[in-house]
Amino acid sequence: MTRFLPPILFLAAVIGLTCIPLFADSYGVTLGIGMLGYVTLASAWALFSGPTRYVSLATVAFFGIGAYTVAVLSESMPYPLVLVTAGAVGLGVAIVVGLSTLRLAGVYFVIFTFGLAELIRQLVTWYEVNMTGTLGRYIFLPVTPEGIYWQLLALATATFIISWWVGRSRVGMALKVIGDDEVVAAHCGINIARMKLALFAVSSVIITLVGAIQAPRWTYVEPTIAFNPTISFLTLIMALLGGAHRLTGPLLGAVPLFLLFEWLSAHFPNHYSIILGLVFIAIVFVLPRGVLAFVEENWKRWRRREIKKLPAVAE
Amino acid sequence: MFIAALLSGLVLGGTYALVAMGLTLQYGISRIMNLAYGEMIISAAFLAYVLFSNLGINPVAGLVFAVPFGFVLGYLVYGVMMSPLVARARDKASLEIDSILATFGLLFVIQGVMLVLFGANFTSYSYLNDPVTIFGATLATNRVLALVLALVLGGGLYLVLTRTLWGTALRAVAVNPAAAPLVGIDVNRAARLAFALGGALAASGGVVISMYQTFTATSGVVFTMKALIVVIMGGVGNILGALSAGLLLGLVETFVSTYIDPGLTLAATYMIFLAVLLWRPAGLFGRIAR
Repeated sequence: MTRFLPPILFLAAVIGLTCIPLFADSYGVTLGIGMLGYVTLASAWALFSGPTRYVSLATVAFFGIGAYTVAVLSESMPYPLVLVTAGAVGLGVAIVVGLSTLRLAGVYFVIFTFGLAELIRQLVTWYEVNMTGTLGRYIFLPVTPEGIYWQLLALATATFIISWWVGRSRVGMALKVIGDDEVVAAHCGINIARMKLALFAVSSVIITLVGAIQAPRWTYVEPTIAFNPTISFLTLIMALLGGAHRLTGPLLGAVPLFLLFEWLSAHFPNHYSIILGLVFIAIVFVLPRGVLAFVEENWKRWRRREIKKLPAVAE
Repeated sequence: MFIAALLSGLVLGGTYALVAMGLTLQYGISRIMNLAYGEMIISAAFLAYVLFSNLGINPVAGLVFAVPFGFVLGYLVYGVMMSPLVARARDKASLEIDSILATFGLLFVIQGVMLVLFGANFTSYSYLNDPVTIFGATLATNRVLALVLALVLGGGLYLVLTRTLWGTALRAVAVNPAAAPLVGIDVNRAARLAFALGGALAASGGVVISMYQTFTATSGVVFTMKALIVVIMGGVGNILGALSAGLLLGLVETFVSTYIDPGLTLAATYMIFLAVLLWRPAGLFGRIAR
């Protein structure tokens, strides 16, 4: 019975979430889009960075690539084809970045991804100024907010299923070994570079698609909007708060933090990033492995103490 | 035009070298990968700007305030934020990840404070903005001064690190932190000192940058990035390596912006970074073992 419980709950949750736009007002749908977007980003981030422990700071690079591809191509191609192209561009960039950095020590990867968003932003700006002569584009697509919501929900569901499958498969085992000790992994016959590259590519394509799907919400896009570093930062915090090693960790981190940020940006627009930074530092210090791990450890410790107490009572 | 590009390349490169030396101390000796380094630079640039435009103190004298400011800031950041992380780290890799995450948060805090205080506008001030002619090329005096300052500060630090017992102890920690205590070096003290020294160098770099460049509250990331690239090119913890790699990067950037396109300098920087990562991941002058 308990074997079937998680899938049934998951299915019920997806069906329930699908029905929300039928009842909610436009603010509710907007909130839902933002939340689903970050849940997907955090889960996709954790898909790669959780098991391998390679901290990627390039979320917004791929997010922005997705958004910008839609902005450039939305008038010349049918919508589904635009999404496919966006995914393909994200895949291409991910492979180039992965091939050049994932063979080296993790810190090079972090540094490279740290500047990647800035690099792509400047390249896009340079291209737009010199080749097309304009900076900033309009997106006119006949996509309703409900449509975006459902697309994001589908993507989030797919991300969850991929994470679940990776966690249980040989690939997931291999990645955990890599995360624990690369030398051991290599001796076990795991092709480290190929494993990391494949998972990085999958995670990056999902992030690119989130950007592509959300792009019509903006109607006007320019590089500073599409490549806003706060997005990388938020994704990272959410995944870390929930715990990047667990399937539901990113979800548990994303939902409360997204609501907190909505509230903060409405009430403290100027001090937003200071508070964000402090929250982030606090998470790194207090909950280095996420809320779930923290709760679980304390639960175990508490149980052990209870058990120890028992004989004392019996005496 | 060639001489002009060469000279401005040297000015830019001198600044990069100065800034990167601070980061190589922080990463090589303290083992902290400081992503908020660029924000420390920019905050010193704002300090120099306030001192100059509100109090009329010229930037060279402003160094007297900025360098201790950077030193104290670095000391506090290490003492308050980093030493608990160092204490709980199991190995080098987990300290690296923790410090990257913590300083990534610090980046947003410092940036946010600067945005609240100064806004998001481009900031600059005019100090010694008179032309001088060197080898037939015209250059602003403040740039020449920037190069001289970078050489004096950087060279001074190099001499301190190589000629004094104190500097030798710091370098010993960079080479082998496990063996340093065997010869009576307090590694924690050395790490704290190196981090503070790095902060002082970042601050002096910020003052030098503010003399001849416009900056905004959000431009720290680019400086962190360039400093990191220089550090890796020169080899982590290698002072002379950082010096020469910084000069090289400045020259390449200036030549790209003079002869190809100013919008592509960051792309050029990244191409160099990629090339170094692919062929010499231990740095241009480093030995392969890391």
